[in-house]
Amino acid sequence: MPMQAADIERMIKDALPDAKVEIRDLAGDGDHYAATVISSAFRGLPKVKQHQLVYAALKGNMGGVLHALALTTSPE
Amino acid sequence: MTDINAFIDNEVKTNDVVLFMKGTPQFPMCGFSGQVIQILDYVGAPYKAHNVLDNADLRQGIKDYANWPTIPQLYIKGEFIGGCDIVREMFQSGELAQTLADSGIEVKKAG
Repeated sequence: MPMQAADIERMIKDALPDAKVEIRDLAGDGDHYAATVISSAFRGLPKVKQHQLVYAALKGNMGGVLHALALTTSPE
Repeated sequence: MTDINAFIDNEVKTNDVVLFMKGTPQFPMCGFSGQVIQILDYVGAPYKAHNVLDNADLRQGIKDYANWPTIPQLYIKGEFIGGCDIVREMFQSGELAQTLADSGIEVKKAG
């Protein structure tokens, strides 16, 4: 079952409480999303680590029920 | 280290640029893999591509190797660079060309 945008946002905010999260459903199928995540937790981290923080927040759903989440991360 | 882990480790350390993708450079089976191929071709970087759809062990193994849940994955000089989003951002900012140059990898000029 695909994930709802609200579920994705909630999981990211649970892990990164100060995060500003914006999610777009790219294809309207509940399976291809783009997310912009802004959190101070990213400061000083390389992009790979920033994205790994978001993937960790999604607790294994990424690459599984969630096929596609185009990520843009930024510390501010 | 498991066999697949040792295989991946050897691949990324003995080839300058390695891409793990779905499908082949000629026939990418996923839009994200296709985008990375287009970028690598555009910057003229020589690369070795592995099709994870041919090998279930590799498909799972590469996710464990990089602690990264998705494919494609790009490696330069043994270093995990990122997936499609990061590669695209680095391409647009010029960082990708810089990383290749800093790594001493010769790129073919387009044209």
